Amino acid sequence: MPVIELSYSRLQKLLGKVSKKQISDSLPFLGLDIESEDKDLVRVEYSPNRPDYSTDLGIALGLQGLFGIKTGAIKLNIKKSNDYVIHVEPSVTKIRPFVTGIIAKNGRIDDIIIKQLMAMQEDLHFGIGRKRKKSSIGIHDLDKISFPLRYTTAKRDHRFVPLNSDKELTISEILDNTNVGQDYGAILGNFPQVPLILDSKKQTVSFPPIINASVTTVTTKTKNLFVEVTGINKDDAEDMLSVVATILQTAGFTLVSTKISGAKNTSPKLKPKKILINSVLINQMLGLNLTNSQIISSLKKSRLDATLKGKNIVCSIPSYRFDIFGPMDLVEEVTLGYGIQNLEPILSSSQTLGQTNPISIKLKSLSLIMIGLGYTEALNSSLTSKRVLYEMINREPINIISVLDSKSQEHTILRDSILPGLLENLSRNIHTSYPQKLFETGTIFSQGNPIDETTSFAGISAHQDSTFTEIKSILQSALKTGFDLDIETKTFSHPIFEEGRTASISVHGKTIGIMGEINSKTIENYKIRVPVVGFEISLSGLIFD
Amino acid sequence: MSQVFHEIEKKIITSLKNNPKQTPENLEKSTNLSPDQIRRGIEWLKLKELAIVNESQTINISLGKNGLESFHKGLPERRLYDLLKNESKKLQDLQNELGSVFGPAIGLARKNNWVDTSEDKIFLKNYPSELPGEKTLKQIGENKISKSELDIDDLSSILKRPDFIIEDIIKTKEISLTENAKSIEITTGSSSAINVESKVPDVFVARTHPLKDTIDEIREIFVTLGFTEIIGSMAQPSFWNFDALFTPQDHPARELQDTFYLDGLSAKKIGTSEQIRKISESHKKNWRYYWDINEARKMVLRTHTTCVTIKHLADNKPDEARVFSLGRVFRNEKVSYKHLVEFNQIEGVVVGKNATLRDLMGIQREFYRRIGITKIKFWPTFFPYTEPSLQTMVYNDRLEKWVELFGMGIFRPEVTKPLGITKPVLAWGGGIERIAMLKYGLDDVREFYNNNLSWLRSATKCQ
Repeated sequence: MPVIELSYSRLQKLLGKVSKKQISDSLPFLGLDIESEDKDLVRVEYSPNRPDYSTDLGIALGLQGLFGIKTGAIKLNIKKSNDYVIHVEPSVTKIRPFVTGIIAKNGRIDDIIIKQLMAMQEDLHFGIGRKRKKSSIGIHDLDKISFPLRYTTAKRDHRFVPLNSDKELTISEILDNTNVGQDYGAILGNFPQVPLILDSKKQTVSFPPIINASVTTVTTKTKNLFVEVTGINKDDAEDMLSVVATILQTAGFTLVSTKISGAKNTSPKLKPKKILINSVLINQMLGLNLTNSQIISSLKKSRLDATLKGKNIVCSIPSYRFDIFGPMDLVEEVTLGYGIQNLEPILSSSQTLGQTNPISIKLKSLSLIMIGLGYTEALNSSLTSKRVLYEMINREPINIISVLDSKSQEHTILRDSILPGLLENLSRNIHTSYPQKLFETGTIFSQGNPIDETTSFAGISAHQDSTFTEIKSILQSALKTGFDLDIETKTFSHPIFEEGRTASISVHGKTIGIMGEINSKTIENYKIRVPVVGFEISLSGLIFD
Repeated sequence: MSQVFHEIEKKIITSLKNNPKQTPENLEKSTNLSPDQIRRGIEWLKLKELAIVNESQTINISLGKNGLESFHKGLPERRLYDLLKNESKKLQDLQNELGSVFGPAIGLARKNNWVDTSEDKIFLKNYPSELPGEKTLKQIGENKISKSELDIDDLSSILKRPDFIIEDIIKTKEISLTENAKSIEITTGSSSAINVESKVPDVFVARTHPLKDTIDEIREIFVTLGFTEIIGSMAQPSFWNFDALFTPQDHPARELQDTFYLDGLSAKKIGTSEQIRKISESHKKNWRYYWDINEARKMVLRTHTTCVTIKHLADNKPDEARVFSLGRVFRNEKVSYKHLVEFNQIEGVVVGKNATLRDLMGIQREFYRRIGITKIKFWPTFFPYTEPSLQTMVYNDRLEKWVELFGMGIFRPEVTKPLGITKPVLAWGGGIERIAMLKYGLDDVREFYNNNLSWLRSATKCQ
């Protein structure tokens, strides 16, 4: 989950007469988890569905609602203008078909605002932008641009000075030699042409979704902004734009519209959407008896607008709240506005009878039997390594089931056997007193349709006098006592065990596993100083399906 | 620390102080203890290095049938002497008088040249005044005598004669005190006390794994709250792990860096055609993207057990149900004291036409109460598949802060509708290791999977 650092004093300026404690007590009720606090600074985690909380301005809007300082929806006041025109050329259709944008004027830009805008941009890119693939954003110094603009395409030898550079580079050079080019270039595929926004003087404004031009860089001297969003879906692009527009308006900018036309593009409307709900659904879901006016006031505290129309409530949702899909999302908005702390938990009596799964019951019985036989229960990961599963026990890897891109070397393949893990456990306990007797029950994996999962049971005994007889007695007693099953053993061969001291185990003529004295090479590999004996059998098909 | 002795030990030590070397039999008499008490007492004192036991063997000699006859009537050769001491006699006459002993008597006398023959008559010659063996016979008589008291040469002359001598080998123990023991002052204490303060060896109890104990406890709580346990696969098609739970295919959570995909494995059958069609429609409409069935087929290690419950609900469509699933889940994380790649999760649902958010909160509160956590509160949060979504915060007294435990919410209609589930579904779930860490006071979650025997053997079983 993304994290933002907030300043209490800045929030207090935005909110008015609210104490630091009131703020810190209320942040969690906006869904913001406090990670850490240090005097005036507090780091909070916010949900990816609320990119407006990537700035303190957005969080202030939420807190205003909770405190009742300002309630109801935030309305975007967009001045109509014909000055800011963007023509879209058909060549973009197959590459990145949509562009949208807005003008923000007369704002004061300081370092904090710049930092927050960049953080919001990154968050939008990662979240709804799906790492810039679906949509991406560019924020520019309006006064460095001459309208009208063209959203067009250019060849890869097109040159301009990109952001954070002092010399001209070609598109190919940007894609090959810059970090952003390498990270996001794949989005553009192998088209010979790339999307580009050019101004009326043929100056490059932006090379979406990769990088802006250096000339439009926003600094603390910038007064007026041009925000553009490009993408493969018009609605997503406008959603993204509305988050930025809302935050910029909150920051004190005056919004001015753009005119967009060509190749199925239209000017953005950023209009609220309406959803009908009624008190029955809300009360049914929450287990409350709220009146319509309580519901309306709760929705307003969540910064939405709501009016009663007959028996229904018409809820008006600003366009930046694209996380709201339908009535159930409004149930949550009512909950937040009403306050979760005001919901009293109830324990209604159950109409159903609970039941433990029969497999759990049998595994529990088996573990109690093993405890009685002096074996301690071990637990190992089912995701293990080639080292444990093959190398240390001198087994040839076959039909491995691997995971892709594991961050941990110790967890790269699914186990097809439990015994190797128990041996590894012994190797970590060589300085602990003997005898050491361990058992484990758990899932093992094999390739099937597409994967077969079965429950396996293994035991291991390590001490100076451990013998084949001992381990056979243990398994024999465990299965006889637990399930009235008699085992038979026959000479067998398996790399984990010593040749001539290995047996296959069968019940009613069906092979269920192996047992024996652990191979001396393995014992040596693990630097274990006592002889070790062990067994492993499949419980699936034996004591349950 | 003064040594504490058992009453038996005290009696033995006291007796040996008076009479320094005694057999167990002597000790029985001098202490009035039973043979078994003496035996145990000596063993204890030996272990404490206070008594020495010298084992020796003695041989007792007594007379057999022929030996006793010779003792009463004289040796056969003595009886021959008596017949001949006044006159010489014919062989036939001697045979008549001596009967069965004639043979051995005449044989021995001839061999030793004690007699000679003249004109068919036997007469004495150099007959010794005391015959070999006579002294021994006299000494033994009808008693038992230690071999060491006898003249071995004289004994050996009759030892081999049939039924003369019975040898009886007797092993004896002689108990004495060590130097340390001699200085012990025996106080006449009241009871039969033992040294209750001394250290004893550790023995280790075989036991179930502490994490399993917590899992069992949680399972039991939910069963008693009316929930039925269901079990599902760990490897799942992305369809049930993500798509069915309204997580779009281009969502960051589905990327390789968070989720374990199984190399080259795809499921042929992922659901009914209706399930697939409706889920794909919901995704296209709400998330505005191209939904790819091949993406849904990709096998992943489940990132939560919710995939098991949602499939159960989709396949059974109950109007009323309480079920839960408990098991391993996987996240592609760097392993640290906070994070594991594989951990246990419990996840449960309540289906019912009257199920409300307050019921969901009530079940949580009751669960926490039963595991001993009473300070809880609820905060809003976000999950892709529930709305509203809450999380429980519980107060950790040791860390003195609120920590996040189970998440919960009501399944979104975008999840339930396409799968034909018509009644509200309350869902909750969370990691079990976190609860176990609270119970066992651990700060490092890896401890549960290290299988460190010192910890397994020492962690308090009942918490």
